[in-house]
Amino acid sequence: MKSSRWLRLMALSTMSMLLIGAVTVSAAVGGRLEIFSWWAGDEGPALEALIKLYEKSNTGTKVVNSTVTGGSGVNAKAVLKTRMLGGDPPDTFQVHAGQELIGTWVVAERMEDLTSLYEKEGWRRVFPEGLLKLLSTDRGIWSVPVNIHRSNVMWYVPGNLAKWGVKAPTTWAEFLAIAPALSAKGIVPLSLGENWTANHLWESVAVAVLGPEKWDALWNGKLSFKSPEAVEVWKAFGEILKYTNTDAPSLSWQQATDMVVRGQAAFNIMGDWAAGYMATTLKLKPGIDFGWTASPGTGGMFMMLSDSFGLPVGCAARENALAWLKMLGSKEGQDTFNPLKGSISARTDSDMGKYNTYLQSAARDWKSNVIAGSLAHGVVANERFMNDFATVMEIFLQSCNAQAAANAAQAVAIQSGIASR
Amino acid sequence: MHSRRDELLAVLVILPSIVLLAIFVYAFIGQSIKASVTDWGQRAALSLNPEIHYVGMQNYKDLFTGFLGMRFRQDLTSMIFFTALFVVVALAVGLGLATLVDHLVWGEAVLRTVFLFPMSLSFVVTGTIWRWLLQPRGGINQLPTVVGLPAGQFLWLSSREQRLAFDWAALPHYGCWMLAIALGALAWTNFRRARPGTARRQAVATAALLALAVSGVARRLAILDFPEMHGFNVAIWGVVIAAVWQQSGYTMALYLAGLRTIPDELREAARVDGASRFQIYRYVELPMLTPITVSAVVILGHIALKIFDLIFAMAGPDHAPTSVPAITMFLKTFRGNEFAVGSAIGVVLLVLVSLLIIPYVSTSFREGGDQ
Repeated sequence: MKSSRWLRLMALSTMSMLLIGAVTVSAAVGGRLEIFSWWAGDEGPALEALIKLYEKSNTGTKVVNSTVTGGSGVNAKAVLKTRMLGGDPPDTFQVHAGQELIGTWVVAERMEDLTSLYEKEGWRRVFPEGLLKLLSTDRGIWSVPVNIHRSNVMWYVPGNLAKWGVKAPTTWAEFLAIAPALSAKGIVPLSLGENWTANHLWESVAVAVLGPEKWDALWNGKLSFKSPEAVEVWKAFGEILKYTNTDAPSLSWQQATDMVVRGQAAFNIMGDWAAGYMATTLKLKPGIDFGWTASPGTGGMFMMLSDSFGLPVGCAARENALAWLKMLGSKEGQDTFNPLKGSISARTDSDMGKYNTYLQSAARDWKSNVIAGSLAHGVVANERFMNDFATVMEIFLQSCNAQAAANAAQAVAIQSGIASR
Repeated sequence: MHSRRDELLAVLVILPSIVLLAIFVYAFIGQSIKASVTDWGQRAALSLNPEIHYVGMQNYKDLFTGFLGMRFRQDLTSMIFFTALFVVVALAVGLGLATLVDHLVWGEAVLRTVFLFPMSLSFVVTGTIWRWLLQPRGGINQLPTVVGLPAGQFLWLSSREQRLAFDWAALPHYGCWMLAIALGALAWTNFRRARPGTARRQAVATAALLALAVSGVARRLAILDFPEMHGFNVAIWGVVIAAVWQQSGYTMALYLAGLRTIPDELREAARVDGASRFQIYRYVELPMLTPITVSAVVILGHIALKIFDLIFAMAGPDHAPTSVPAITMFLKTFRGNEFAVGSAIGVVLLVLVSLLIIPYVSTSFREGGDQ
């Protein structure tokens, strides 16, 4: 008797599961928009503001906020991939603009071309040329950028530099000249955090050593990672690493920034979310309590990364998703989101009054500088390369052998289809 | 007496779990094995109908001998060191705690709970706590300053020191030596137990292996074209400490249960024979705990082989000195889109865990059948 009750229970639960499934499916046909992202915690309010703005102009559409937490989307991307493979795409999803989108989803023909949206909204005129190039292939434009972050920024505390009698270096040679004296005083010249922050530093060094054209050439396969110039990047990087903290792997990027704020380190190279962290979380005044400059050797260059949203093929609420993308690209949408997120608008016509001192300076550079794409944040290389590049970095950190790292990087580039031989 | 109705009912009751297991365990193992012999992970890996070709054992070959498989090879080395250290230390600490608690006159219930408590946490929580404690400039390293000593300088998880380095290319050479030593020991045991036939066969095999190793034939069987050093990453100690902290309470519980099942008559008999308290422990209690040790090795061993969340939380996904195959499997599959390579790593892990579990399960089934 016991077992038959158990069987009945089983049947009941199966039925109810099926029912729940049916309800979700039918809701999708109505006025619903599912947004998939990894914006939670500090970044949550910025997304909430966007959703509010969307609901104001699209009354009756129910927005489903599917957020999967985890820094730079490491968990969200895994969930997204299983959903896409299972034939259940969200209506729109967050993805780093550039190859992280193109190399994974566009080549797999999972995205819709947004060229007509760009034409209709006149976005080709308001987004910089260099950005559009990174979002496009010869077959279309694939996502709408919501924000722009800058990767090549060096942070310091002006008061501390004055006390130690040094100036922010404009080239790596200058940095290497002042670093030994700082070390002798017991100050770490350049603070560094866990593995990805080493990648982040590497790209700033690389674009300084190579210049923006050769940097681009690396990613379209015209310049080999084994070329003398590229090996030179690893050598320079190795020299710089000598002046970083030994406990780097156990520090988060915030802790590396903290070292500068507390006067334990002189400089730190990090994306401009560090400005948001120092201004909002640590309550420091931009320009007074902390200062910034382009990382050494990258003056006049803007290494960018961007969060963007695309339109997956076969999503349940295509029209709603298009309305969402239209709002994201609009001036109002961008100026609502970015001051809260601590990034700048991708448009060149944004309302500067809404942004703080740091962001205003970044926006000025965005309009005038040469734009380069970030490696560490998914713009220039596909996910397969990025994943293995983390291992290449570990090979170098372990061995400090520039040639070995260059060989490994070239092997990875060939495997991931970036270089041909 | 079983009636037909009872049998039918039994089958019906067990059927759902058989079906679920068949689909969600065995079908997916099959799926992984199938994916691991393909090249799924080329450019359009995530398209609706990805172009997938059969490549045979290529992925496995690349993992063990290819240029870019070096991370996996170090992971495998780290995993073996981690498993060995974790099992040995957890057993030792667990046995020590169990002995302590067993001999306590008072406070046993409280201490037992205290020691068991870490087990109720998830590995992610444990990892986060120990990540803080093992910060080189804080936590454990600051402990000596409490008594006026200088702070510790050990880098813990951030250490890039490597000990016991060996050349992966020369693995056949090392393998010959290790097999020779193991077989030689077996031959010696069999000789002493008066089984000359087996002993002679094993001695011949040992001699052959020794010849291969000494003559340098095994060394020339290099599996890589280049020397590649792997070894014990000192950073692994941090992970071992955290894992032992969490699991030694459980090991203690196993041993404590074992100690409690030893009949008092045995202890009394030993006492009558004039055994001291230590002698009772050494010659009566410890031998009776052998089956517990075997179970504990299997349980702890399979936890160690599959370890993922603890390291992910403690050191992050990309910290190579503490990485293990499970982490590389996750990254290859879900970050690098190399589904075939990820599946191959998964299958290697499955084989390793099976090597541990299957002999254990089959012997316990046999024992169950005997009763």
